[in-house]
Amino acid sequence: MSRTEFFQGNIACAEGALAAGCRFFGGYPITPSTEVAEHLALKLPKVKGGCFIQMEDEIAGIAAVIGASWTGVRAMTATSGPGFSLMMENIGYAIMTETPCVIVNIQRGGPSTGQPTMAAQGDMMQCRFGSHGDSSIIALCPASVQECFELTVKAFNLADQFRTPVFLMADEAIGHMRERISIPDSVPYTGRKPAEKDTLPFKPDEDLIPGFAPFGSGHHVPVTGLTHDWRGYPATTNPDLHAELVSRLYHKIEDKRNGIADYEIENREASVVFICYGAPARTVAQVLHDQKHDGKDDLGCLRLRIVWPFPEALLEQFPHASVFIVPELNLGMISREIQRHTAVPVRSVSKIGGELHTPRELLQVAEEYR
Amino acid sequence: MTRDDWYRHDRLPHIYCSGCGNGSIINCVLEAVSDIGWNIDETVFISGIGCSSRAPGYIQTDSLHTTHGRAIAFATGVKLANPDLHIVIFTGDGDLGAIGGNHFIHACRRNIDLTVICINNYIYGMTGGQGSPLTPYGKKSTTTPYGACEMPFDLCNLAVAAGANYVSRWTSYHVTELTKAVTAGLLTEGFSFIEVISQCPTSYGRRNSLREVSDQILYLKNNAVLHQRWKRMQEKGEDLSSDQFVVGEFIRQSRPSMGVSR
Repeated sequence: MSRTEFFQGNIACAEGALAAGCRFFGGYPITPSTEVAEHLALKLPKVKGGCFIQMEDEIAGIAAVIGASWTGVRAMTATSGPGFSLMMENIGYAIMTETPCVIVNIQRGGPSTGQPTMAAQGDMMQCRFGSHGDSSIIALCPASVQECFELTVKAFNLADQFRTPVFLMADEAIGHMRERISIPDSVPYTGRKPAEKDTLPFKPDEDLIPGFAPFGSGHHVPVTGLTHDWRGYPATTNPDLHAELVSRLYHKIEDKRNGIADYEIENREASVVFICYGAPARTVAQVLHDQKHDGKDDLGCLRLRIVWPFPEALLEQFPHASVFIVPELNLGMISREIQRHTAVPVRSVSKIGGELHTPRELLQVAEEYR
Repeated sequence: MTRDDWYRHDRLPHIYCSGCGNGSIINCVLEAVSDIGWNIDETVFISGIGCSSRAPGYIQTDSLHTTHGRAIAFATGVKLANPDLHIVIFTGDGDLGAIGGNHFIHACRRNIDLTVICINNYIYGMTGGQGSPLTPYGKKSTTTPYGACEMPFDLCNLAVAAGANYVSRWTSYHVTELTKAVTAGLLTEGFSFIEVISQCPTSYGRRNSLREVSDQILYLKNNAVLHQRWKRMQEKGEDLSSDQFVVGEFIRQSRPSMGVSR
């Protein structure tokens, strides 16, 4: 059974968090993400063990989320560009300390204060590389209100499974769009692998991920952002230990990127292939829909629901591709990532300013390759 | 459990310089928690970055050594998500007074049930002796080579004004009073703030004519003015000398608090 609602993307995201068992939200108001916080402020206090707190800034928001996560609860924050920038140092802390958490970024036009009420995808590189040092993370990009719900649920599962921060990289268009949404009675759940008794708290298993021991469970875990050994003790001048730790944090995600991949493919036989994620996928869907009406079938599409870790193997799925057309609400961030994994020519179709691509704009580009 | 049972013995020896006051202060804090009889499994030490913030690493509990200035923000999440945990924060004058100042006043305002031990050595010790917002006016550091030209914060006044339920200041010389103050702080519901002025012979003392450890401890002893005496001095229109500072308990109240285990 499921119930049908007419929700805004941000509300669907908050409902997804509740369905996933999120019990802590710490954040700071920022347009265009505020509805996520407002909805959780309304709902979390009514859920057993639920806690909502508006912190003094976004740095404190993500800090509180990481602290809450160490008690074993699912925790999240939601923000947009300026707040996201402020969170970067503590996001690195979450990566280094292997703290599961979900960070929702309803992207708006930047840099700086930019366009608070307009859609953008300008933080796609920042979520991957914004915090200092080498690392890897997971980033999901919903293209509908339904996916705001589903991918928020998935973000919590991935965060717990991989013990890492996971980003829901939506945008203002998807966050504020209202659509029909079907909310299931229950959602998939993958929790944290518990630490076994008497094992070292940061000793990884074969999957490169250590078991999790929440605060208060008697494991006496010393957590630090410093380079640390399996006991969690600082070991900052041992080159081999640092290399082993940081490589593991990278590989525990990157080695699984084909398994993590979440995507939709339309028309593998296509010669002109769109690669898209988030709001531009809506325009691409219209273009592909229209081609059937025109009696053509040479356009295809790869839509990524998870952009990071980048699933490069999917680029092999189009044996007849003569071009990859990549519409993005930025100046070509993911198109460059695609470029470095393929010999097929990549055409970036950038659009910034806050408006989505029109079907005509994308069709005109496609026509050049027909 | 005795005080020594709270130490994480396989982490010793510590990284502190000889003559550092941190050891005495950690002793006082652990004396207080073991006296109260908190369950070691339900106690969490949290810190930011700096010399003082290394303290939780030497304690045998769950601990969170976080980013610079943010210990209180992390602790807020831990406490609200699990109010049954007892939380003690170690921080310093730079970590709390500079980069963490905003989190500090907001935690006082919320009156969240945390106890903060701020070790004030007047200096950024870990990075080599730079001036902090608590470096006294005119005193030298590597970034105030001609003497600090800014007025320092009084963190205790700040905590009282912002709404903390318990506030006191002692020094690394006053170990008995400090242990009592920490105990009072730990037992007070809401936000408790204990500033401990401490010696840093390596980075502060040597630049300010207090090269010997004993010089600085005597300085702390001789310049500490009890809160009650300071009140009497004010009534007579007297002022503190530039080296004097006030110690004692500044407030103990019961404003509504949050994060208290019920």
